[in-house]
Amino acid sequence: MAKFSIKHQPGFTAIATTCFVVLYMPIVVLVVYAFNAATSTSEWGGFSLKWFQSAWQNTQVIDATLLSFQIGSVAAVLATIAATMAALATTRTAPYRGLTFKYAAINQPLMVPEIVTGVALLIFFSRVKIFTGYSGLGYLIAAHTAFCIPFAYLPIRARLENMDLTLERAAADLYATPWQTFRRVTLPLLWPGILAGLMLAFVISLDDVVITEFVKSGGQDTLPTYMLGQIRRGITPEINAISTAFLLLSVAIVTLFFFVSRKQD
Amino acid sequence: MATAEQVAKEAEQSDVRARWLLSAPALLIILVAATGPLLIVLVYSFLTPGPYGDVKWQFSPEAWVSVFMERDIFDDTLSLAAAHITIFWRSIKLAVVTTIATLALGFPTAYFMATRSEKTRDIWLFLITIPFWTNLLIRTFAVLQIIRNEGIINTLLIKAGIVSAPVQILFTDTAILVGMAYVYLPLMVLPIYASMEKLDFRLVEAGYDLYANRFQVLRRIIFPLVKPGVIAGSILVFIPAIGAYVTPVVLGGGKNMMLSNLIELQFGQGRNWPLGSALSIAVMIIVMVALLAYVRNAGRTEVRHG
Repeated sequence: MAKFSIKHQPGFTAIATTCFVVLYMPIVVLVVYAFNAATSTSEWGGFSLKWFQSAWQNTQVIDATLLSFQIGSVAAVLATIAATMAALATTRTAPYRGLTFKYAAINQPLMVPEIVTGVALLIFFSRVKIFTGYSGLGYLIAAHTAFCIPFAYLPIRARLENMDLTLERAAADLYATPWQTFRRVTLPLLWPGILAGLMLAFVISLDDVVITEFVKSGGQDTLPTYMLGQIRRGITPEINAISTAFLLLSVAIVTLFFFVSRKQD
Repeated sequence: MATAEQVAKEAEQSDVRARWLLSAPALLIILVAATGPLLIVLVYSFLTPGPYGDVKWQFSPEAWVSVFMERDIFDDTLSLAAAHITIFWRSIKLAVVTTIATLALGFPTAYFMATRSEKTRDIWLFLITIPFWTNLLIRTFAVLQIIRNEGIINTLLIKAGIVSAPVQILFTDTAILVGMAYVYLPLMVLPIYASMEKLDFRLVEAGYDLYANRFQVLRRIIFPLVKPGVIAGSILVFIPAIGAYVTPVVLGGGKNMMLSNLIELQFGQGRNWPLGSALSIAVMIIVMVALLAYVRNAGRTEVRHG
């Protein structure tokens, strides 16, 4: 008789395996068809890199990519700085008045469907635009920074909660100023969390379609909003090629994130 | 002379002050570019639509009336707006079914991951994290390529002789459902896995020692212990699902609108910003009701087990 395993539940392994297969199957098909020589997206016409080439030569794609990176990096840095400060202010302390309010406020963007935030920002920024006459990238950066903060906050707060105050107290005992203590003790210990928060924020910004779609002015297409426009018009393997490149970037960032967060142990 | 007590109190006060200063930038950015504008939406929902979009600053409950009602253009009588109600119903139905489907699939998946050996667990976690970090639009697009008439599913079905003509999946509610379940599955798995990982299997063993069968162990021991993860996962799936925009646009075509598409319409061709605002607030209300239900449910369980 087989050994009785306490961890076994009938059918669970089958469901889990199916889930993993189903999660990856569409992505694999998408990547394979990016290398399709045929113009049709259903017939296989041999291996070719021509769709990558055509995407590379498409100035709209390049402009949208650059804009995505520009907004993503500025928003991620700003969100991470704000989130680090907020995390320092909300951890390792006895509960004080307003602490719960801060948690709620920081996590608020997660609790509102993107479409509602998008609409709210459309209305608000259209007023501001009329009032100030400014219609640059500032709006997109502000919007992205706001919804990236809760994501950046998550790993930083988790990291801080696992750090006790002993080392900081020791530094203070040795006459370090608060700034020196932060710079020499807290920051190096917190660094993996900050890096993880930064990457998470960058990916979240790069991922956004809905809020960007509502906030952007003319000519401010990011890569996802550009792609959405193309998909609406009809699909070509060029979208597969762009997606594949984007996918590669995501995998690279996740891998990096994994190494950074593993280092904590 | 300041007593020790006073000194301690002052130190505490200055600490709290410093903590408010530190959190000020984050709070300010969120207030300006996320929370604050929500209040403006509420105000806008009570104004009169302007002729070219935007609003006229004149109070009117009309937008809220037209969320569920239609005014006859000839005799001004009110009747239920069937189109809006259909869209509300579709959105709620699809969001609930998506949450249930991802839970039914995600729970066993998380359990499977958590019961692997320590070494391989990281690999499984990595595998579930990759789709989570991959652009939602790209994943939706990947689903589109699979389920469309010329896609791999229909090609296989025809080649196998099961059907003679392609099955129309794309541009149906089913397509939206499949797409949402696909893109939101990692959001369900990750929090359940986080609770499951901490599960003490000695409790499971104790259950078996007391002659519980597998299903009883699952229902009475494992499920209550990982309930926080289940609740977190359900919230994380339900909120984006009720406001889903990309999935209905890409997989539902123009016809099968969800609330977000109806809202977008009011800010585009519809030129009815107050109605769009009222609909947005309605979505917020649905989300808040769902959140409250979950929170109350979570609270009750804790009391029972505590």
